Amino acid sequence: MALDELYREVILDHYRNPRNRQPLGAPGAHADGHNPLCGDEISLDILVVDDTVTEVSIVGRGCSISQSSASMMSEAIKGKTRAEIAELTGRFKAMMDIDTEGDAGLDPDRPGSVLGDLEALQGVRKFPVRIKCANLAWTTLEEALGEAK
Amino acid sequence: MTNLSHLRRDFPILRREVEGHPVIFLDSAASAQKPIPVLDAMDRFYRSQYANVHRGAYRLSQEATELYEDARRRVARFINAGSPDEIIFTKGTTTALNGLSSSWGYDHLEAGDRIVLSMMEHHANVVPWQLVAKRTGAELVYVPLTTGYDIDLDALRSTIDSRVKIVSLTGMSNVLGTIPPMQQISDIVRAQSEAVLIVDGAQLVPHVEVDVQTLGADFLAFSAHKMLGPTGIGVLWGKPELLEEMEPWEGGGEMISTVDLYESTWAPVPQKFEAGTPPIAEAIGLAAAVHYLEEIGMNAIRSHDLDLTEYALHRLGEVPDLVQYGPTDIKSRGGVVSFTLGDVHPHDIATILDSRGISVRAGHHCAKPLMADLGVTATARASFHVYNGRDDVDALIEGLHEARSLFGLSEG
Ligand SMILES: Cc1ncc(COP(=O)(O)O)c(C=O)c1O
Repeated sequence: MALDELYREVILDHYRNPRNRQPLGAPGAHADGHNPLCGDEISLDILVVDDTVTEVSIVGRGCSISQSSASMMSEAIKGKTRAEIAELTGRFKAMMDIDTEGDAGLDPDRPGSVLGDLEALQGVRKFPVRIKCANLAWTTLEEALGEAK
Repeated sequence: MTNLSHLRRDFPILRREVEGHPVIFLDSAASAQKPIPVLDAMDRFYRSQYANVHRGAYRLSQEATELYEDARRRVARFINAGSPDEIIFTKGTTTALNGLSSSWGYDHLEAGDRIVLSMMEHHANVVPWQLVAKRTGAELVYVPLTTGYDIDLDALRSTIDSRVKIVSLTGMSNVLGTIPPMQQISDIVRAQSEAVLIVDGAQLVPHVEVDVQTLGADFLAFSAHKMLGPTGIGVLWGKPELLEEMEPWEGGGEMISTVDLYESTWAPVPQKFEAGTPPIAEAIGLAAAVHYLEEIGMNAIRSHDLDLTEYALHRLGEVPDLVQYGPTDIKSRGGVVSFTLGDVHPHDIATILDSRGISVRAGHHCAKPLMADLGVTATARASFHVYNGRDDVDALIEGLHEARSLFGLSEG
């Protein structure tokens, strides 16, 4: 197992300098995520205006994978519509799915362009016990989007 | 220095490789590996001796019953119980503590009574007491730890009074390795209350010679799987007069004397507490594990643990950014070391070590109250048993240096 495929620089950067930690400007939808096995925690607030996520606030505690995934997700979803986010979530989860062949989660035409930094998390798939960590923010996001209805 | 490295060949799993590395198993506090004599005893039983116990009038059942009761005698001798009847086979420590809380606890607690625990208990010695506290209106009181990570005896003295009916404490912390001074604790409990003293021996019994005549406890619970034995079986030892008085917490076959439509009477202790078909092969495996430990000698195991722990603490002390959690006095701790490493999360530490074939535990170790008390959400933990050596500690240290470098922590 190649550890340097897991602990990419971008991941460590997001882990140490998580983005979008500031509280929302206006009350939005909230969801908490937590992984009882390892204690990773995520608290997510989003503001949805006309079907578009206009603001994201995300804070948490946990391992580099869960926290960097949360930070990168917060950047990736800002300004996106629900439909775009659903697509993004689908791609991310496919990227994390051990059963997906090759890079099926990634955009075949312009690799790297859809998930952006998030693609750095590809390596997690080789470490099955850590997939849950990477997915935590995304599962929490689905809950928050449900709240925002 | 006690060298037990010749024992490694008794553990077939240690010949396995993970990702091209030999297995370096440093998670025995979660569950220990099994030596060939344990595997063989269980295999032999299933292949050539198997039948249910206490039931058949036929030869096989009679033999199985003898093996099962032999196991009880062996365990009784191992902890120096007064009689094999003081040994109740349960599914494990968790089941034993739940049995105690729901039977002894429920029958002896009233609103306003107190149950005293320490801040370093495993959830198995916390949640059962929360359940019975809720049902009875009793109150839980936690004794704090000293800055040296041991039970604060002054705080204990000021906590124990006539309201306290149950004191339930770990014999050895699965996170800190602390082995609290149980006889002293027992003296305090006896002098200041009528409470029963329960010892969670899940970590203690596999590593330290325990003599229930001098331990100072009324009940002792432990699990076979942490003492080189199989899963699915553990032991509740109790003082005979208390076991006599205690009601069963489960009903069914094997535990009755007479059964009428609306009422039944109980079989004598210990059958009273062993409803249903017991874990027979597991009892036989446990007996083989006890025999194996006795052959090595619990004193040799203790000095091996101390040697490894001292070495590990020394080597860990050389790793920059590493913080250890546990007593500095080596004599009051067992073979468990918990630590954090800068901002490298314990899970990341575990993943990095795993890629070198090293198994350590990362997380809250089923001791969330303690984690909160320590001000951390998780630690990494390495723990030892007879098959570990200084070379395993060296491999751990190398892995930690790799973790530091992957996370870009600077030297010195
Ligand atoms: C101190 C302590 N108590 C209780 C338990 C629970 O033991 P079991 O899971 O075998 O019932 C453990 C095991 O993790 C432990 O370390």
